[in-house]
Amino acid sequence: MINLFNYIDRPSPIHRLTGACKLVCLIAWSLAAMTSFYTPLLIAMTAASLELFRIARLKVKDISFMLGIMSAYILLNNLLIFLFSPEHGVGIYGSRTVLFSLLGPYVVTAEQLFYHLNVILKNACTIPIVLLFVCTTNPSEFAASLNRIGVSYRISYAVALALRYIPDIQREYRDISLAQQARGVEMSKKASLVKRLKAASTILIPLILSSMERIETISNAMELRGFGKESRRSWYSGRKFTSMDIACMVGCLVLMAVSLLITWRSGRYFNPFAG
Amino acid sequence: MENQGIIQFEHFGFQYTAQAEPTLYDINLTIRKGEKVLIAGPSGCGKSTLAHCINGLVPNSYPGKITGSLTVAGQDAGKLGLFGLSKIVGTVLQDSDGQFIGLTVAEDIAFALENDCVPTEEMHRQVEQVAKLVDVEQVLRHAPHEISGGQKQRVSLGGVMVSQVEVLLFDEPLANLDPATGKQAIVLIDEIQKRTGCAVIIIEHRVEDVLYRPVDRVVLMGDGRIRYDGDPDKLLCSDLLQSSGIREPLYVTALKYAGVTLTPDMRPSYLPELNLSLEQKEQVRNWFSRQPPVPAEPEREVLLRAEGVDFTYEGGHHALRGITGDIHRGEMLSIVGTNGAGKSTFSKVICGFALPQGGSLTFAGTDLSSLSIKERADHIGYVMQNPNQMISKTQIFDEVALGLRNRGVAEEEIRPQVEETLKICGLYPFRNWPVSALSYGQKKRVTIASILVLKPEMIVLDEPTAGQDLKHYTEIMDFLRELNRQGVTVVLITHDMHLMLEYTPRAMVFHAGKVIADKSAAEVLNDPEIVAQAHLKETSLYHLSALCGVDQPEEFTRRFIARDREVRL
Repeated sequence: MINLFNYIDRPSPIHRLTGACKLVCLIAWSLAAMTSFYTPLLIAMTAASLELFRIARLKVKDISFMLGIMSAYILLNNLLIFLFSPEHGVGIYGSRTVLFSLLGPYVVTAEQLFYHLNVILKNACTIPIVLLFVCTTNPSEFAASLNRIGVSYRISYAVALALRYIPDIQREYRDISLAQQARGVEMSKKASLVKRLKAASTILIPLILSSMERIETISNAMELRGFGKESRRSWYSGRKFTSMDIACMVGCLVLMAVSLLITWRSGRYFNPFAG
Repeated sequence: MENQGIIQFEHFGFQYTAQAEPTLYDINLTIRKGEKVLIAGPSGCGKSTLAHCINGLVPNSYPGKITGSLTVAGQDAGKLGLFGLSKIVGTVLQDSDGQFIGLTVAEDIAFALENDCVPTEEMHRQVEQVAKLVDVEQVLRHAPHEISGGQKQRVSLGGVMVSQVEVLLFDEPLANLDPATGKQAIVLIDEIQKRTGCAVIIIEHRVEDVLYRPVDRVVLMGDGRIRYDGDPDKLLCSDLLQSSGIREPLYVTALKYAGVTLTPDMRPSYLPELNLSLEQKEQVRNWFSRQPPVPAEPEREVLLRAEGVDFTYEGGHHALRGITGDIHRGEMLSIVGTNGAGKSTFSKVICGFALPQGGSLTFAGTDLSSLSIKERADHIGYVMQNPNQMISKTQIFDEVALGLRNRGVAEEEIRPQVEETLKICGLYPFRNWPVSALSYGQKKRVTIASILVLKPEMIVLDEPTAGQDLKHYTEIMDFLRELNRQGVTVVLITHDMHLMLEYTPRAMVFHAGKVIADKSAAEVLNDPEIVAQAHLKETSLYHLSALCGVDQPEEFTRRFIARDREVRL
């Protein structure tokens, strides 16, 4: 079964960082990457993110499913940019160096390719960090860290519970779907789309009903043990920031500041064509 | 103040907002400090509502109108509110999976402390202490799916004990446990009570299982009122349990059949101390020899044959290790064993929900591996444990007709078939009702009807009677037996030892992916080695026959069941 929130328990310096620290770093890092098109910075960040990935002792195998989806997304993203705006790079960099021409209006320019390189770099330096966060943050610490950065504990806990129930619900979906197939509900690709949608509804109703039962039980159990009594709560898995945590957060915030500063001082785009 | 009541109901009544009639009437009940009380009663008698009043879910989560008064630890329950009550009363719910909140054992125990803003270090210390008390300190970092059902219940208990409560309230603690684990749970509750001095309230309809350890008092409920409140020995001497639709301990019923007059000083509520005179033992032996022997089961042809079936889940869990065995046409068979022994996996393999990696399955001579899920369903019906997981239509008629409609049967042929099935299942009067208006037991019947309408030769039911009291249990089981008489082969996956004895002549015992016994149910339960290995529970009739010097305990069990069946019909 595909595990969406895939915590991988392997001792590494990254695993030892607290969840809240990692969440702050993730946000700072993503902002730095999102706002900037400064190619040297993006290259440096991509290299750094791959190195962090190695430090966390994660293997490509662990995340092959998510990596596949994200690669497909990057590919699609670039394809669409090129289809709808083949001259985007020309507009940004203010010159037009034609390399060769494709069909009709589609001409490949050096500026456009360079723009695509930047888009890919932005993704390439963010995705490993997101995966790093997902794979090295204990889900129970996740709620605590959301709460730590100011999200209400009720919402934090709801998010954590929802994530935790995903595998249970996947399992239940499978069981229900098999029992319905035994009664002749056609789920395979042989049936038409309308039929399959109808079939899905025969699974969704029991799934929703049994999920409601589950929700009633868990919310009773939570209230019986005092959830929601105080305006704040403590966390069993909560940890104090270590000097390492603080160093990492400061590092990422500085990175964000540098990225914003470059954007502010010399514009969003690094332009090698303006020689 | 030893005798002070920690929980006190006075002329207490309750009516749910959504209901026309009150659920509880004029309840007068005192639970004292350190007392151990069993609250028994059939489904719908109001015992769960009573429990919800004690822990505050009524009226907080289930609103309604309260009359009379309820004081807990000297304070008005309404003023204490849900959170105030949770400091005094710790509730262990029936569903030990559903109430597991934390992602690990330690976090689940810590949950109440977290909500009280206890600092993290202090919390770790307290969790460790409680974990030792309920003996889960080895699995503190485990996730819920990595521990056994018994351990989950220990964690639930730890999760409420961490709040230093004065009352422990158990809502049907035996419902989801295998028989041996249930027995351990009763022992654990007893030990915890002795060690902490908490008052203990157990809500349960399985009286015999709770009485595995002595209780101070039994409160019997019926129709929202208290029918009996007092000494368990006296209660067992009367016929009150039977007449309330609760199963008496089997040894008590057997003694009554033998004509033994029970008196409280014989201590009938606690089998190890049951005191029978020589004449009374003689009476039991005489009764045994008077009963006619039970005829042997007829030979039947093989319907399903499993040979060396092997199955490993994707994650590497080797669930079935060479299952070999036959299911005969027209028989009624139990499959028993612990959770995770492979019972459910075996039923999935039969229905085609999982494809075995080794071995073969033949059904009436046909190799099943060549058939799809849908094709197998023409011959083998599967009824899931939770009816809510199967019902997908809002109207009863449509739900039962679903399978036929999917097969493209003409609408004018569907109506008579569905109506006939509804008649067999006793649902015909409800045919135009919405499913939501039915009770749990009736929904269960709807799911059975929706499978039966497809006319399978064999039907597999997963825990058909889980959570049912004696009345509904008897209804469902007699109905299944009737189907069986009409020629349907019935396979039951169950934890209920009595069901297996009473209704299924043969039992297959699963343990760690293997079949460790395949013989008569009475023989299985009289074999101490199998009982221990498969987490079953020997019947109290075994002890009774030993006590009275009956030398054929299996035959004693069989004759008792045969007699009991006559009496109850």
